[in-house]
Amino acid sequence: MMKVAVLDLGLGNLMSIKRGLERAGADVSLVNGDEGLEAGSGGSCCIGGCVGAVVLPGVGAFRDGMKAASKFAATLNGVREGKTMLLGVCLGMQMLFSRSQEGGECEGLGLIKGDVVRLPATVKVPHMGWNSIEITTGSHRLTRGVKGGEYFYFVHSYYCVPEERSAVSADVDYGVRMPAIVERGNVFGTQFHPEKSGPAGVAVIRNFLEEAKR
Amino acid sequence: MLTKRIIPCLDVDKGRVVKGIRFQNLRDAGDPVEQALAYERQGADEIVFLDITASSDRRDTVLEMVRRTAYELSIPFTVGGGIRSYSDVRRVLLAGADKVSLNTAAVLDPTVISEGAEIFGSQCIVVAIDAKRAGMDRWEVYIYGGRRPTGIDAVDWAKRAEMMGAGEILLTSMDYDGSKDGYDILLTRRIAESVNIPVIASGGAGNAEHMRRALADGKADAVLAASIFHYGEYTVGQVKEYLSRAGIPVRV
Repeated sequence: MMKVAVLDLGLGNLMSIKRGLERAGADVSLVNGDEGLEAGSGGSCCIGGCVGAVVLPGVGAFRDGMKAASKFAATLNGVREGKTMLLGVCLGMQMLFSRSQEGGECEGLGLIKGDVVRLPATVKVPHMGWNSIEITTGSHRLTRGVKGGEYFYFVHSYYCVPEERSAVSADVDYGVRMPAIVERGNVFGTQFHPEKSGPAGVAVIRNFLEEAKR
Repeated sequence: MLTKRIIPCLDVDKGRVVKGIRFQNLRDAGDPVEQALAYERQGADEIVFLDITASSDRRDTVLEMVRRTAYELSIPFTVGGGIRSYSDVRRVLLAGADKVSLNTAAVLDPTVISEGAEIFGSQCIVVAIDAKRAGMDRWEVYIYGGRRPTGIDAVDWAKRAEMMGAGEILLTSMDYDGSKDGYDILLTRRIAESVNIPVIASGGAGNAEHMRRALADGKADAVLAASIFHYGEYTVGQVKEYLSRAGIPVRV
């Protein structure tokens, strides 16, 4: 069974994401900092050892998320060096980008180049509910077996604007066309909540776990 | 395209469903988690639990239900009823609810909205408004389960709630609630056009056409219903089929 660590940013309940990963067949632990992921620290799991992937969960505000992410500097360095597979969900996906406008400009992890900006004033904010995705010409690793037009549960007020379209493997339309799924090497992100998206969401998580096994 | 949401509501008393759907295949028809799962299988987009427990030990039964629901359900759910303070908001969200719905507490002290939104994000904070017609194009907000008028105008209150950080409005028409004559379209449209956050219409659903009108004419983003689903008059799937044929975007 694939071992996955959810990085606990301390910003909310992680039961849903844990359960979503479990439904897709993962063995999940919640970790509070790098030490929880180091070999020989007494932590239940370790990067490069038994943990195959990490998940950056999707709750809270950008600035708080980035502040909390400093607890995982070593783990995120491992991601930067291509050693660790990472899935960012909702806010977790936005944190992958260079910077965000949320709460004044704030720097992100910079794993994918681009900005995070506010949804336009022409639509109701937050973008809340089930919206259909359009599969684009990307690497399609998370969308394997997922049909275009499939519905996922979205809830967010900001969206990602990548510098390179090649990082996008699915879009969603809500006033603007924006990325629903991004993939770049060992880094993955979903703007929707796969853990709240029924069987379609489980399929996406399962694809991520499959990628992590390779 | 963003779809319109169909949201079954479950009334829960002391951890048990008050009016439940009569499914033969449920192990325990009074169990709110089993009922919620049945609705999920029917295609519900979200679930709302309304806790009507009056006793003092309510908190533990609610939290236990929230934990079990979060474990089982793979669609979002909201918990409302009896949430009195920021610490209640916190407890329910940390137990695994996606959203909490605030009604009386938000009117008595609107800072509970902003506190909750600041810590957990606006998307977690639903403000429930019970409104009753008080004149031409005017509706009054009631609290304490519709027992006490406040003198507050429903449209003003919805705007204020949005400003305080609410992520969504759950709007119940007290005039139409229980009537099965349809939602209050005028009220729904007035509120939906006054705020820039999603509005869930509630109160009065008797059939799928009522839902179509609330979504198309009332401009609601979602419709909530209890009895038409509970008594098996419609499944969520049947309602969605009807709406889809009528040109309303729904997840089918």
